[in-house]
Amino acid sequence: MPEIVANNRWLIGCFVLAAIVLALLPMFVSGYAVSFLLLMFANIALATAWSFFSGATRYISLATAAFFGIGIYTLAITHVYIPIGLALAAAAVIGFLVAVLVGLSTLRLRGVYFVVFTFGLTELVHQVINWWEIKINKTATRYIFSDVSNVAIYQILLAAMLMTVVGSWYVSQSRLGYALRAIGEDETVARHTGINTTWVKVLCFALSASAMALVGATLALRYPYIDASIAFNNSWSFQVLIAALLGGASRFWGPMVGAIPLVLLSEFLAGTFPHHFSIALGLCFVVIVYFIPGGLAPLIERTWYRLRDSMRTRPAAA
Amino acid sequence: MILFEVFLNGLLLGGMYGLIALGLNLQYGIARILNLSFGEFFVGGAFIAFFTIMLWKLNPFLSVFVSIPIAFALSWLIYQFMMVPLIKRAPDQDALDADAVLVTFGLFFVFQGLALVNWSGDLRGYSYLSVPVHIFGATIALNRLVAFLGACALALALYVILRYTRVGSALRAITIDPVAAGLVGIDVRKHSALVFAAGGALAAVSGMLVSTFVSFSATSGVEYTLKALIVVIMAGVGRVTGTLAAGILLGVVESLGGYLIDPALTIAINFALFMLILLVRPTGLFTRA
Amino acid sequence: MTGPRETLLGVTGLRKAFGGLVAVRDISFDVARGSITGLIGPNGSGKTTVLNLITAEFPADAGSIRLRGQELIGCRSFEVCRARIARTFQLVRVLPGMTALENVMLGRMFGSEPASPTLAAQDAEQLIARVGLGGQAHLYGAQLTYIDQKRVELARALATQPELLLLDEWLAGLNPTELQVGIALIRQISKDGVTIVMIEHVMEAIRALCDTCTVMNAGEKIAEGTPAAVLSKPQVMQAYLGTDTGAGDAAA
Repeated sequence: MPEIVANNRWLIGCFVLAAIVLALLPMFVSGYAVSFLLLMFANIALATAWSFFSGATRYISLATAAFFGIGIYTLAITHVYIPIGLALAAAAVIGFLVAVLVGLSTLRLRGVYFVVFTFGLTELVHQVINWWEIKINKTATRYIFSDVSNVAIYQILLAAMLMTVVGSWYVSQSRLGYALRAIGEDETVARHTGINTTWVKVLCFALSASAMALVGATLALRYPYIDASIAFNNSWSFQVLIAALLGGASRFWGPMVGAIPLVLLSEFLAGTFPHHFSIALGLCFVVIVYFIPGGLAPLIERTWYRLRDSMRTRPAAA
Repeated sequence: MILFEVFLNGLLLGGMYGLIALGLNLQYGIARILNLSFGEFFVGGAFIAFFTIMLWKLNPFLSVFVSIPIAFALSWLIYQFMMVPLIKRAPDQDALDADAVLVTFGLFFVFQGLALVNWSGDLRGYSYLSVPVHIFGATIALNRLVAFLGACALALALYVILRYTRVGSALRAITIDPVAAGLVGIDVRKHSALVFAAGGALAAVSGMLVSTFVSFSATSGVEYTLKALIVVIMAGVGRVTGTLAAGILLGVVESLGGYLIDPALTIAINFALFMLILLVRPTGLFTRA
Repeated sequence: MTGPRETLLGVTGLRKAFGGLVAVRDISFDVARGSITGLIGPNGSGKTTVLNLITAEFPADAGSIRLRGQELIGCRSFEVCRARIARTFQLVRVLPGMTALENVMLGRMFGSEPASPTLAAQDAEQLIARVGLGGQAHLYGAQLTYIDQKRVELARALATQPELLLLDEWLAGLNPTELQVGIALIRQISKDGVTIVMIEHVMEAIRALCDTCTVMNAGEKIAEGTPAAVLSKPQVMQAYLGTDTGAGDAAA
């Protein structure tokens, strides 16, 4: 650990600075800006969490919405009995455990089984919870009693975002990060080089799911009530996928770069034309897969290096 | 007797699942493209049938004259212009699966979005041939029986084509090894495109058949894609002959499970069966591995 | 060579069938510590399958594989690696999106003695120099030439600090100069204490390097002994050439 910290003092300094600036921001901007920013943080956290596992290992998870919804429901159910803080923690834990279950069943096998399973997971959880609510609680809706302020939610999501981004960066410098990349490049080689691929995959999938559940639980605090259809909406899976792929899953900052324009677009278009927005997203997405499969991150990086190199080779002013 | 009726309904339903899955097995097993927008073709076929009877007051079975050509052509175009570039650049099947999944996931959203825009998310249904039929003391609906017989007929036709025609041999060769098939002179691209298109057409036909006895909406596609995927994996990818049987298995388990546990938990029951198969025999029930 | 050596790897009664095809049938042989053992035979005789069974790529149907007396069957691939058995692949598998250095680092980080990325990078640099890839550590796997990819794969295997190194046709496709360099490299690795099992078709290398050879044909062992002894046996020549042609090198 100290090695990674020592080698990247500049970057860590940036993280700390960003954390402080963003944490203090609500004191200077409007309530609308706070709401907008917290949605941005949520999307960045989700996209980064997704990319952490699926970007590196190339096991495409389509279950973001499932874990997001599990987070929402865990909070909705538990917050009546325990303090909000614990309820959020519970959401993260439940998300983790469900992911471990899914992972152990499907990550031992080829990627396609995992993808198919995650594709249906949202529908599965949706249906089960709907049934449970109607059967056991005789009602489809749950009320959320929370007096947590918007600013507090902002701070929690800021923390979640920092956790996922910094965590993602940190892992990428560590052995675990190398293991993840090796699995994505050639899993057979990874196995033969001493990597316990099943354990790595399950752990990282579960960590990623846990973060998604936490984000879902936190956002739930803004709703007066929820039901299964609100909580389990495949659009989340899709949006996060686009953000991560647009930005580029091979760099820890890629999903962040992809999430920002997406949230901006969503804010200004999705409200008025939800279905058209969905269609437009779908087409954009198809374009990304064909023409910029690596996302914008490698392109940005190349441009940055080229600029930097051209500035270095510029002769000193005569 | 009720249990027998439940079983029989499961059998009929399963035949439908088998038919839907046949289309997907053609697309994934032979053309090797995992198509997550598959269910949307099913829904398309259902909607066209719905409009055929509700708007034009015609026999919904006639809708296939419209839905088959559209589904076939659209699927063919998707394969040629969207899938072929992916196939060209993918180093192995896993990479192709990943790319195909992403692209077809995007298509799924596009198609679903279009359906929602044009037809709204309302539940649609109509009544056709819902006449009771008595078989061995159980009462079932005629439309379900007709749908089941239609599924069997199509599955049989497919079996005959694959087994006894030249095209069928080419397709089976492609299923086993596309590279080797190419080396012995089979035009893999052309055959795969046709098979992919046929899969889409089958999806539309299934949609029409099922719409006669089940209500649906613009968002129903996901559930059918899922069931098709589960059946395909249960049968074994590329195992066209076992698909109908696997579909029937799913239908019977779902029907019995729905009756014994709760009809609102169909997806959960599907998944339970799916997980069981994945744990015990992930390569498929009808493979020789 | 002095006196009898301890057996490092003992294979007994190994069997593997794929559907109806029996790829490996009742294969038994011992690998002495410090030796270089050749595993030869015509294509399709099951040699790579034997290697795959040792590294647990798939489970064996029957038989036993004992490393230093401990049963390996039932272990998973990564456990076999950590038990200090490393391998190269018949079709070279270098991770294309990672640099040569990173490829080798993987072996060092996760092999028998785990290491941090920094330490792994240092050791990897040395190994890369040792296999002759000097200034190319920062090239991506996809950018390397075929022989350089082979070198990276070998370095990666060595990075796991194996006691037993399994080479699957590592010398295939090399021109005469590269072949001599490759043979010298393998000889040096053996001198450094690594036991080697090599699948090869290049008979010159087999004659030059191997202490002992096991010959396979159609899944069965048909001969065993020194290279000179087995290569002059009629049944071995028949296996390679199909007809009794008398003298001649059953070369690749």
